[in-house]
Amino acid sequence: MAKKAQNKRPETVLEIKGLSVTLPEGADREYAIQDISFTVGKGEIVCVVGESGSGKSVTAHTVMGLIPRKDLTPVAGQALLSGEDLLVKSEAELRQLRGERMAMIFQEPMTALNPVMKVGDQIGEMLEIHTSMSASQRAARVLEVMADVNLPDPKKLFDTYPHQLSGGQRQRIMIAMALALEPGLLIADEPTTALDVTTQAQILDLIKDIQERHGTGVLFITHDFGVVAEIADHVVVMQHGLVVEQGPAAQILGKPSHPYTQMLISSVPSLVPPQRPEPEVRDTALQVHDLDKTYDDGGFFKKGRQVKAAQGVELVIHRGETLGVVGESGSGKSTVARCIVRLIDPTGGEVMISGQNIAGLAENALRPYRRDVQIVFQDPYRSLNPRRTVGQSIVEGPMNFGLSHQEALERARELMRVVGLAPDALDRFPHQFSGGQRQRICIARALAMEPKVLIADEAVSALDVSVQAQVLQLLDDVRQRYDLAMLFITHDLRVAAQVCDRIMVMQNGVVVEQGLTAEVYANPSHSYTEALLGAAPGRNTEFAKLA
Amino acid sequence: MSVDANPQVAEPEAVPAKAELSQWAIIRSHPSIIIGGILLGIMILIGVIGPLFTADPIALNPIKRLKPPQGEFLFGTDFLGRDVFARVVHGARISLVVGLAVSGIAVFIGLIVGMISGYIRVLDAIIMRIMDGLMSIPAILLAIALISLSGATLTTVVIAIVVPEVPRVVRLVRSVVLTVREEPYVEAAIAAGTKLPLILYRHILPNTIAPMIVQATYICGSAMLTESILGFLGAGIPPEIPSWGNIMAEGRTYFQLSPWIIFYPGIALAVTVLSVNILGDGLRDTLDPRIARKM
Amino acid sequence: MLGYVIRRVLATIPVMVIVAAFVFLMLRLSPGDPASVIAGDYATAEDIARIREQLGLNEPILVQFTKWIGGLAQGDLGTSIFTNLPVTTLIAQRIEPTIMLTLTTIIFTVLVAVPLGTIAAWKAGSWIDRAVMVFSVAGFSVPVFVLGYILIYVISIKLQWLPVQGYRSMFEHGVGPFLRHIIMPTLTLSVIFIALIARMTRASVMEVLQEDYVRTARAKGQSELKVLLSHALRNAAVPIVTVIGIGIALLIGGVVVTESVYNIPGLGRLVLDAVLARDYPIIQGLILFFSFIYILINLLIDLSYTLFDPRIRY
Repeated sequence: MAKKAQNKRPETVLEIKGLSVTLPEGADREYAIQDISFTVGKGEIVCVVGESGSGKSVTAHTVMGLIPRKDLTPVAGQALLSGEDLLVKSEAELRQLRGERMAMIFQEPMTALNPVMKVGDQIGEMLEIHTSMSASQRAARVLEVMADVNLPDPKKLFDTYPHQLSGGQRQRIMIAMALALEPGLLIADEPTTALDVTTQAQILDLIKDIQERHGTGVLFITHDFGVVAEIADHVVVMQHGLVVEQGPAAQILGKPSHPYTQMLISSVPSLVPPQRPEPEVRDTALQVHDLDKTYDDGGFFKKGRQVKAAQGVELVIHRGETLGVVGESGSGKSTVARCIVRLIDPTGGEVMISGQNIAGLAENALRPYRRDVQIVFQDPYRSLNPRRTVGQSIVEGPMNFGLSHQEALERARELMRVVGLAPDALDRFPHQFSGGQRQRICIARALAMEPKVLIADEAVSALDVSVQAQVLQLLDDVRQRYDLAMLFITHDLRVAAQVCDRIMVMQNGVVVEQGLTAEVYANPSHSYTEALLGAAPGRNTEFAKLA
Repeated sequence: MSVDANPQVAEPEAVPAKAELSQWAIIRSHPSIIIGGILLGIMILIGVIGPLFTADPIALNPIKRLKPPQGEFLFGTDFLGRDVFARVVHGARISLVVGLAVSGIAVFIGLIVGMISGYIRVLDAIIMRIMDGLMSIPAILLAIALISLSGATLTTVVIAIVVPEVPRVVRLVRSVVLTVREEPYVEAAIAAGTKLPLILYRHILPNTIAPMIVQATYICGSAMLTESILGFLGAGIPPEIPSWGNIMAEGRTYFQLSPWIIFYPGIALAVTVLSVNILGDGLRDTLDPRIARKM
Repeated sequence: MLGYVIRRVLATIPVMVIVAAFVFLMLRLSPGDPASVIAGDYATAEDIARIREQLGLNEPILVQFTKWIGGLAQGDLGTSIFTNLPVTTLIAQRIEPTIMLTLTTIIFTVLVAVPLGTIAAWKAGSWIDRAVMVFSVAGFSVPVFVLGYILIYVISIKLQWLPVQGYRSMFEHGVGPFLRHIIMPTLTLSVIFIALIARMTRASVMEVLQEDYVRTARAKGQSELKVLLSHALRNAAVPIVTVIGIGIALLIGGVVVTESVYNIPGLGRLVLDAVLARDYPIIQGLILFFSFIYILINLLIDLSYTLFDPRIRY
């Protein structure tokens, strides 16, 4: 992709100079950010990238003056907006600048918009605060900016409430609001993280387009190197509150010099599926036939609306094989997983496991088959009972199936070694572990049941990219070691490319395509698959492979 | 990279001893627990051993009726010449017993019904309609009706106050159950074949303990108030057993001339309820900051 | 919209039936012989038999229940044992002071509690916040009647600013006397209600102030006052209105006590008189009456949600 040659940088809009912000007492480190410096030029997109806890969000909020100064105190340095130091401004002066000279958009457009206020009025509020326009002038300007961010039929959308819009439309409203007064600086804090991949691609295009047309300087916070590759002119890499490396995008992505940057970039899974051995024909571990799940939200006194979460789903997984299910939110991929584990009851179809259709079994008849299918969830912080030790959590299942406490504990110790944790950590509580370690514990808990099928439901989605790579490796290792059939559910095409033998694409509850991963990625047959692959951020960038 | 080459051995930083210490630090940073606890402790002490040291609360002394507080009679005397101080000290027992009994029983029943309602869909609709119905009956009127049907004894008073408190506990427990049952760790336990009673006991019940302790203190306070109101309205425990409510009820007629008959038991009641409520606020802030924001 | 209203109205019917059934069963299932308890210690066998007859305790339970529900559906809340007047007539005679006292209390409470709670939330941790919280804990702890007597003692007896007791109708005696007599009962009854609503307002506004859209409003450069009023308070409206509705139950209990303290001839006094006269049908009729009022008010509040929050589906 064509990147502007970045030897000479444009006129500076924002300059951060030696900025340090302290954390409140009792935090795990003294500074949220320490002695960081970088600039954002006019018409330039600067990506600040880092893992959770790197201080990238604190940086953005400090510039906007939106941090609680009691807890997070800027103690050194400057944040200069066109030469004026924002840190010495009074609250009233800052209010003047916010919206007019610098604006911000956030990660979750649903919660960032006021749910009880019409979206047109929310954009108009920006003009009401900072200009003396009349109501009709404001309305006209609002329609203008709404059109500018490519919202369809602005007149009609003006009077809608946020909950009536799609995620992408909401983020467009946020962007329209931010741009209403044509500020010189736009701060975007993970603005596409909560969006589906196809919507993300549109919003990234929009930000790029706007920034080019209006010459806005953009400070873009993200954790995703795909997104960086897509839009950054200049990249600032942060770790533990420090800037470890910065430079033009092409240089950072292609020839990173700092070991941390190198590690981060090499952890980004490639979109090209690796060569996998041709799967031999093996025993079927799980077969799903014509699975349906329909939700009916009707009540006693009213007609229900029917939501078809999954329809006519067919799938087969053999032992030792990984089947990926990819799709955007609402595609029904998690519904399928939950039906197979029987956390919800399918409304139709068959789920065949160990020669038994478990789709309609009552709980007591079902229980013997439960051990055959185990699941690892997305959120490592909610997957373990905080009041029980890791050991208690792991032995719970095996003991349900007749193992003595001693035997179950022995198995738990062995599995802790398998997942790369110290066996003596069994009597510790979940809060004493990091997110990645907890996910390992969850895998151990699932393996303790000696299942035939392991379902990973977005199991690595909540993890930082470096930890993600390790957990993915672990999942692949245990699949081989125990000859597991794995159902791998993810929204992330990069992750799916790396671990899946076969892949299944879902949209609106229906399977639109399935096949060998390499073939699907190389020659998608369904237009939706093509759209998904075409929207994957950073698809045209080859990330440096080092280490 | 392989797992063995990069062992992620857990090195938990927090040691248990430190965690306990910090719990103490939290309690100390919420002085309301200490203030409320001490006040309540004093009132309980008065209720338990106080009656041993006072005059006879039902001894009549018509010559010394309606004496203002001084000398022999610290809180004065009532219209039958009975020692108000002795009656107030004895009355502490009734209030405390009613408060503790009501909160204990209401929480126990509410916990069971709420768990059933939260976990068994079929029963949920029925139980919740019944609770809605019970909640719409004003508590004091319900208690008055129950007492006028079966006579005023300590037991009927306690039952009459428990009945309207139960729905509130049921709703709270149910809402906790409904939230927790969606937690992945509960789903993992279901997937591991754990039976329902064990799931409730191991994974759901512990989550209800903190909000229940807090709720129990609030119920205790409101039960003591309701008991006094019933006594005041003449629907409470009969005057042979002194309770703060019936002492005040008997003082109404003489209020303009002898206000002490109402004020002293009133102050005792307010201080006791206040101590319970302060304790409740403190416990809420300490045990459950998430609920703290909602109450 | 209309469909939504109809559904909501229909949904209150089962609740009303449950209330009616509960009140009915209370009489039939109470341990011992309610007729002799009601008749009192000095009653003759004839007295007890007469009361049993009047309460319908002689008939089979189903027959009596059918009659009872049928009567309720036609607005028959029962008949007083001693005056032989229908309970509805007694209610009509006594309802005005109660409605007036309730209205003045709700108005006063909302005017005081909502601003207090909002300011406390905005200045969380400040002395104003602490003062509001202390007041609210204290308000929950002082019995209504003790508060009433303290007010009477200080304001009427010592300072002689306001009349001690009694009620003057606004329609017969004019606004002045009405206000002079209603001020202290209103203050008395409001305290616990203000404590409840200020606390709830504070909690709701504090929660809303943590929301992302408040941050968005600040990022726009909106002033704190506007953030508070047009973003925070509007979003906190539903929980606040809800707790006002739930608080009505608390208010009804308080009305009974307040009316007896201030000698106001309203429904609360009717309850008290019935307790003293052991006139159970009046108590029973008033329970039903108050419960139905409570259900209706909460129905109206439910319907009003649609005004505050566009996300509530019709």
